[in-house]
Amino acid sequence: MRSCVRAEVRVDGVVQGVGFRPFVHRLATDLGLRGMVGNDECGVFIEVEGASGAVAAFVRAVRERPPPLAVVERVTSREIPVTGEPGFGIVASTGAGRGRALISPDVATCDDCLRELADPADRRFGYPFVNCTACGPRFTIVLSSPYDRAGTTMASFPMCEACAAEYHDPASRRFHAQPVCCPACGPRLRLVDAASREIPGDPFARAATLLRRGLVLAVKGIGGYHLAVRAGDGPAVAGLRARKRREDRPFALMAADLDAARRLCDVGPEEERLLTGRQRPIVLLGRRPDAAIAPAVAPGARSLGVMLPYSPLHHLLLRRFPEPIVLTSGNLSDEPIAYTDEAAFERLRGIADAFLTHDRPIHTRTDDSVVRVFRGRELPLRRSRGHVPSPLPLARGPRRPVLGCGAELKHTFCLAEGGRAFVSHHIGDLENYETLRSFVEGVRHFERLFGIRPAVVAHDLHPEYLSTKYALDREDAERVGVQHHHAHIASCLADNGARGPVIGVAFDGLGYGADGTLWGGEFLVAGLAGFRRAGHLAAVPLPGGAAAVRQPWRMAAAYLGGGAPRSLGVRARNAALWDAVVTMAGHGVNAPLTSSAGRLFDAVSAIVTGRDAVTYEGQAAVELEQLADPRERGAYPCRLLTAPAPAPAPARAPASPRAPTPAHAPTPTSDLGLAEVPEPSGGFAAEGRDLVEAALEDVLAGVAAPVVSARFHNGVARLILSGCLRVREDTGLTAVALSGGVFQNVLLLERACALLEDHGFTVLTHRRVPPNDGGISLGQVAVAAARQRRSGET
Amino acid sequence: LAHGAGGKAGRTLVEAVFLEAFRNPLLEPLADGAILAPGTSRERPDAERPVERSADGRVDQAASAPALAFTTDSYVVTPLFFPGGDIGDLAVNGTVNDLAMCGARPEHLSAAFILEEGFPIADLRRIAATMAEAARAAGVTIVTGDTKVVQRGKADGCYITTAGVGTVAPGVRLGASEVRPGDAVIVSGPIGEHGVTVMLARGGLDIEADDLVSDTAPLNGLTARLLDACPGRQVRCLRDATRGGVATVLNEVAQTAEVAVVVEEEAVPVRPSVRGACELLGIDPLYVACEGRMVAVVAGDRADAALAALRGHPLGEGAAVVGRIGEDPPGLVLLKTGFGGTRIVDLLVGDPLPRIC
Ligand SMILES: [Fe+3]
Ligand SMILES: [Mg+2]
Ligand SMILES: [Zn+2]
Ligand SMILES: [Zn+2]
Repeated sequence: MRSCVRAEVRVDGVVQGVGFRPFVHRLATDLGLRGMVGNDECGVFIEVEGASGAVAAFVRAVRERPPPLAVVERVTSREIPVTGEPGFGIVASTGAGRGRALISPDVATCDDCLRELADPADRRFGYPFVNCTACGPRFTIVLSSPYDRAGTTMASFPMCEACAAEYHDPASRRFHAQPVCCPACGPRLRLVDAASREIPGDPFARAATLLRRGLVLAVKGIGGYHLAVRAGDGPAVAGLRARKRREDRPFALMAADLDAARRLCDVGPEEERLLTGRQRPIVLLGRRPDAAIAPAVAPGARSLGVMLPYSPLHHLLLRRFPEPIVLTSGNLSDEPIAYTDEAAFERLRGIADAFLTHDRPIHTRTDDSVVRVFRGRELPLRRSRGHVPSPLPLARGPRRPVLGCGAELKHTFCLAEGGRAFVSHHIGDLENYETLRSFVEGVRHFERLFGIRPAVVAHDLHPEYLSTKYALDREDAERVGVQHHHAHIASCLADNGARGPVIGVAFDGLGYGADGTLWGGEFLVAGLAGFRRAGHLAAVPLPGGAAAVRQPWRMAAAYLGGGAPRSLGVRARNAALWDAVVTMAGHGVNAPLTSSAGRLFDAVSAIVTGRDAVTYEGQAAVELEQLADPRERGAYPCRLLTAPAPAPAPARAPASPRAPTPAHAPTPTSDLGLAEVPEPSGGFAAEGRDLVEAALEDVLAGVAAPVVSARFHNGVARLILSGCLRVREDTGLTAVALSGGVFQNVLLLERACALLEDHGFTVLTHRRVPPNDGGISLGQVAVAAARQRRSGET
Repeated sequence: LAHGAGGKAGRTLVEAVFLEAFRNPLLEPLADGAILAPGTSRERPDAERPVERSADGRVDQAASAPALAFTTDSYVVTPLFFPGGDIGDLAVNGTVNDLAMCGARPEHLSAAFILEEGFPIADLRRIAATMAEAARAAGVTIVTGDTKVVQRGKADGCYITTAGVGTVAPGVRLGASEVRPGDAVIVSGPIGEHGVTVMLARGGLDIEADDLVSDTAPLNGLTARLLDACPGRQVRCLRDATRGGVATVLNEVAQTAEVAVVVEEEAVPVRPSVRGACELLGIDPLYVACEGRMVAVVAGDRADAALAALRGHPLGEGAAVVGRIGEDPPGLVLLKTGFGGTRIVDLLVGDPLPRIC
């Protein structure tokens, strides 16, 4: 042949466990090419030999038409000597290379597999572990890289002949599908009672009977155990709440299909896409007034968290029991979700009446992802199953690998190298030992899986965060402190592929400020490398520290003081302690100052909704948002007080010789990456008290609570606008990034965006990582990367 | 100031500055007091008479002659007078207790005063009287002292430094490094009373709780009973839960002995009035200072005997086994909550600040 060539082709990206090698095999065979394909730790390597035109077409197709689940990041090819070797083969995986292959996230059951599941003639008819290269468990079962059966929890299930044939057949959908199995060789489902005794009969039929009778069923899913009850059964749902000790936080639901979801909630086009997509998150949807579910599912909430079945097990269960079920994490309140069979039986025995379980181990606990839709686009609230460990692209990645250790609650970590940031699954709240262990083990797992050893460890400045303490103990790496709200804004920039500088509005509960006080209502002038605090909410005492977070009425007392009318509901309800708390606030007895926006919402919520104590984070603000009348356009006014220019003086000495010194030292402006931004003429403080007092006045005048709530939301949006206008006057910056847990509030987000855009600002909001602390780790990585670049590292 | 809070910051300061400058085997364990075996000297502590040394540098007092225990402490408190006591009680009981925690019988104290110019003589008399009474109650004598007056504004009324010596009976060896898995953790009574009382007084908080008074008391009577009831090194370690409270003591034990300390939340004795005040103040009783309570770690099978001995003494009536020493995870204190959860009780780096976002 005149132009016979041989090319070596390398493909990087999510190319393992997604049917890539069968695709390559088919493609090469169709094009009449000879050669081979294989996996290594870096991705897929290919050699093809044949007519030069066909080889070129091959490379083009690999780049442009990969299989649906593959994410091709890079294709490189080079010519090598022709060998004349006949045929096309798939070669064994090699352990060579630096271990950079990407692992696919867990993927919802595909249509082909669903057809087999429902086909009585198929050998996998009704088999709850059916999967193929286009669907099935991935991240949750992977033990090590490269992604191969031996490196997953399926290693202990030797394939039967029929499965092995499919596995080795390049024409099969199951060609090198690592979790491939069937009733003859794969995992086995069991229904057992709380004493681990097998309940005879068809597990799904019996499970459906139990649900119908109002019993609690523990269900082993993809990333952990869930607890299920019939959502229409009031006593059953209330019973689950009591057993789980979950007082108010809404339960998520699983509906059998899209139609069933539509009977519960209004489903818009983007919501439909998210519900039926292969990530299958919990989607927050507007609840229909006629939704047939018990009030205890989501007390007083206008929205419901709904998901559709995402594993064959769920499909089979909901086929037998087609009503909506509560499907909530299998744990006691505040504990991480159980994922090992041992822990599930130990911890859920007192909660679940029966266990629908199986013997395929889950290696990494992974919670359901949670999203809501904002302006027709995904706004993530928790990025976990279905997304992790897909890397997020970093436009300006680190020169040396970075680990972002995250914050404390809603914790994630992030491991980054080059242009890829691997944000971890949702770890949970780090104050529990088990969560801390998942963090530490998770970091180790990611480091091995992706072959990344961090040279830099970025962490929060809060000295008591367990993630900070972990970072300071990582003596094998350079440690970089990143201020919490700077990390929020940087995460929003990274999420949008932007660099700044921007006006960063970081509104959240609490975060440790650069001056050692607690921040949380911040206007920053921020780039990726640095920031200046341009303004903030006026500080108020937090009487009782964490107790003031658990009891929003204390924030009402901190804002209103002793002058509040004794007849006012919130004061009357808390009369016994009101004066003492006001004294604590006044005398500074365990009453640190904070500029938190979340605590401002708490104060108003206590006054307006009567929410005096919360049982989950952000509850008071969530309830205030749910209550608001969206038609109300009135807004409470709020003054911006000009404060003296923010002093760069650190308030505290570093806590220890190994403490994060860079965190406390004032950073020279030239190092902030903000040299082009003019110095501010002086900081400002937004007088949040104005909003509280206006709400109080309306409440005393008998204005309806939904109206008061809306006017408060609109007032906060106006405050954000006036702050941004002030910063724009000083700096000329016109781009605003909105981040922090407060911006999970879609009403506020909508009002603030609309106002800002009306006034000529461009607004960045979150799309891929949550605005809450789940996004902090990505922000820390982005900041550490930018600082490496600024310090001229090569 | 974070360095005063008794947590990690305080330790690191001591380690970075003083241990660095003064380093010697007797100081190294950074215990409440040092035990000077007969014949030990600064240069060559082992020269005259070989002594066995335990892993944390503590001298083994296995020989037949009694050894000397020596300790010092400074006392600063606002307000100087509080329900249940004053700075004078603290200065005597604190040093007596530091000796008692070494397993010593306290004998003699010194007392040095730094007074702010204009400090009322009546107040000083009151403090001296309290000190005399406390010394009598503890069975010690104040044998030497010193007084300095500094300019107005250069001190906060009155500071007291006391030092004390006592004798350690042969065969006694106490220290966190003696602790091992299987041991029981005991607290000698309801916790948090001193710290909460002082905090309320300082904040001008007037809450109705008549039984809220400082727990300041000498613990030497209690430790003597305990050592008698559990002879032969069955008592592993004694610590008075002063600054940083029980949580800090347990963290020091966990880290020094490289063991896990597992505490049952529901077993920790806290008076309802203290619990109420802690809820109001938003603080965790485990971190609140006590001035008359101790943590004792004893051999697991001697827990009942130890408890009986403690409860037979008026200061130990409320003693309780609050947890166990485990192997895993080493260095951590875990709190089993009523719900079956496991919270990490960490050493605080500085003043407690909420960690909630
Ligand atoms: Fe935050
Ligand atoms: Mg002391
Ligand atoms: Zn499939
Ligand atoms: Zn099979």
